[in-house]
Amino acid sequence: MTDRRPAISLDNVSKHYGDGSPPVLDHVSLTVPEREFLAVVGPSGSGKTTLLRTINRLIEPSEGAVRVEGRDVRDMNDVALRRGIGYVFQGTGLFPHMTVAENIAITPKLLGWDRERMAARVDELLNLVRLDHGAHRDRFPAQLSGGEGQRVGVARALAAGPRIVLMDEPFGALDPLTRDALGEDYRRLHDELGLTTVMITHDMLEALLLADRIAVIREGRIVADGTPQTLMNEPPDDYVRELMATPRRQAARLRALDRTAQSRMPQ
Amino acid sequence: MNSQLAEAWARLPAYLGGHVAVSVTAMLLGLAISLPLALLSLRRPTLRRLLLGFASVVQTIPSLALLALFYPLLLGIAALSERLFGAGFSALGFLPAVLALMLYSMLPVLWNTVTGLLGIEPAIREAALGVGMTRAQSLIMVELPLAMPVIMAGVRTAAIWVIGAATLSTPIGQTSLGNYIFTGLQTQNWVFVLFGCLAAAVFALAVDQLLALMENGLTQRKRGRVTAAALGLALLGGAALAPNLSRATDTYVIGAKPFTEQYVLAALMRQRLQDAGLTVSVREGLGSAVIFNALAAGEIDAYVDYSGTIWANQMRRRDVLSRGEVRAGVAQWLEREHGIAMLGGLGFENAYALAMPRARAQALGIRSIADLAQHSAELSLAGDYEFFGRPEWNAIRMAYGLAFRERQQMQSEFMYQAAAHGDVDVIAGYTSDGRIAQYGLTVLDDPRHVIPPYDAIILVSAKRKRDEALLDALRPLVGAIDITLMREANLRAASGNGASPSEAARWLSGELQRRGDAAK
Repeated sequence: MTDRRPAISLDNVSKHYGDGSPPVLDHVSLTVPEREFLAVVGPSGSGKTTLLRTINRLIEPSEGAVRVEGRDVRDMNDVALRRGIGYVFQGTGLFPHMTVAENIAITPKLLGWDRERMAARVDELLNLVRLDHGAHRDRFPAQLSGGEGQRVGVARALAAGPRIVLMDEPFGALDPLTRDALGEDYRRLHDELGLTTVMITHDMLEALLLADRIAVIREGRIVADGTPQTLMNEPPDDYVRELMATPRRQAARLRALDRTAQSRMPQ
Repeated sequence: MNSQLAEAWARLPAYLGGHVAVSVTAMLLGLAISLPLALLSLRRPTLRRLLLGFASVVQTIPSLALLALFYPLLLGIAALSERLFGAGFSALGFLPAVLALMLYSMLPVLWNTVTGLLGIEPAIREAALGVGMTRAQSLIMVELPLAMPVIMAGVRTAAIWVIGAATLSTPIGQTSLGNYIFTGLQTQNWVFVLFGCLAAAVFALAVDQLLALMENGLTQRKRGRVTAAALGLALLGGAALAPNLSRATDTYVIGAKPFTEQYVLAALMRQRLQDAGLTVSVREGLGSAVIFNALAAGEIDAYVDYSGTIWANQMRRRDVLSRGEVRAGVAQWLEREHGIAMLGGLGFENAYALAMPRARAQALGIRSIADLAQHSAELSLAGDYEFFGRPEWNAIRMAYGLAFRERQQMQSEFMYQAAAHGDVDVIAGYTSDGRIAQYGLTVLDDPRHVIPPYDAIILVSAKRKRDEALLDALRPLVGAIDITLMREANLRAASGNGASPSEAARWLSGELQRRGDAAK
């Protein structure tokens, strides 16, 4: 892990709105090496979305510095920065008046790609997220199922070939089966394309199953940071232990069911 | 009936052209101002409140009043610009109408644009920024297309309001479909009124449907529909404007106030100028103050006014002198203050007068207002909405010691009939109204001369007062029309008698010819 260059680093980042309310981010430091899949887990209002948005300057920190691939984001043009980083939105964030193909090609279009290159890229991405391009490219978002919509959301984030992808509770609104399939598919893409991913979620099980590393955030502070294994086996405090309790109980119950099934099987 | 319809048709190109020109210009100007203002106010709540507040207040002003207010305002600005830069502009007609209608179009456009854009989910706007759009790109590529149906609904509302309100630009001198309505109401020509209403409705519907087609094309992204709608709007505008663009600019302009006698006299003057080979246009339905200022500014060349009106309204005189003295005083004042020339009197007066059924007057032995005073306690009096507030009434009442049993206000159209049927005993009518004769009424004398003289006089603008072609054409009218002749002409053009003001004017012309021949 230490031999990889950092793709993203937050150095003592705070965000407060100066109205006497407690800070949304409170001296957060975090480094994400290249090709890592980091999950940031926390309850609603913990500051996790704010943290994600400081990375592509949708939100400017009050203090501290954010670096992307070694450069302070304040020295970069914010629009160019966002075009270079993929972003998957909560819900889908698809533009309802644009077709699937137009949604996917939006960042390439902003970057001035020509028509043929965009069309080829759309087909390539629809294949990548396992959507049939003949059937889907000219549909409007309202004509898609939730899972299809978020596959398009992922395709859009990857369209301009970013090295970094930010995901804000991407699979939260989906049914469990779709969610699992989509998570698995994305993890495969992450590995194949050599991406660096930061995913926000409130679901510890999802984080445990997909991420290389998990940061737990609470009231604007990082309270735990480690591999799924570390957090599972050596939770640093009671809060994290409690967070781990549910997936652990679910796993135990599943194992028990599995054993019963095996013992009933004819030998 | 058919001749009225034919005349309505004949006027359509000019009226519709004026209507289209003023409403389309007002709409385009309104959009060009309202849309950027709405965008500018999106992130400025204070500005937004101010703008919407202003537009709402404008909306509460009755459109007729709004149009009327712009005329004196522009007159002032034009005079100022004349003094400062040596170049004025025409404050009559087009400009004030366009500005007032433009203000009128602002509320629905502002309101719907702001509502449409603020109604877009914040998540969509964040997504637009997140994929790398600038604020401007987000507005153009995402927010405006999504708000388009709401914005277009506002544009369509504004278009219908503006086209409807444009009919009210007639009194400030802008030719529009309202000319049918104002003329028709005054001469009780219901064919004209209905024709004007229908034409305005058809035009409004056509524009609305084309805008709907454009909206549909924009949201469904059917380029064909957008093009078809744009083409349709352009054709509609072009077809309506074409006949007016080819019209010669160097024409004589005759003005007319909004009542029957004025329409007849304007038609008579037009016919005389045309017979002399001149090009003439008529601006009808202008208010008293508007028409006088228009003449003073040289925007119209000639019209008929009444000496008492100038005496009281323009010169602010309250004293009553003889007919000759007032006429001379008015002529002198017009020349001195405005350079306007008084060509001369037509030969009749159109004053307020007390009138009653001839038989009843004879039975009571009443010939003058002085005789009436002895009977007034048993009689009732009716006047129009203005009369009992005017200085004439006070003067009459005080001078003769009148005290009527009852006083009623009514629409002037019904007054004469009411007197004939005995519903009221005495009415305050107009001396040149044909219905005095039609209903067998008699006008009571005013031996103490308290009612100011309202001599009909031809006024000519400073610009044209040495134009011999114009003066030669009008001069034969001076002193030629007596009160009986005018009453008969007015009666022909008024209710239910089937003649349009032009036809009444032609009849009058024939009568003048006949008398002239007889005199030789």
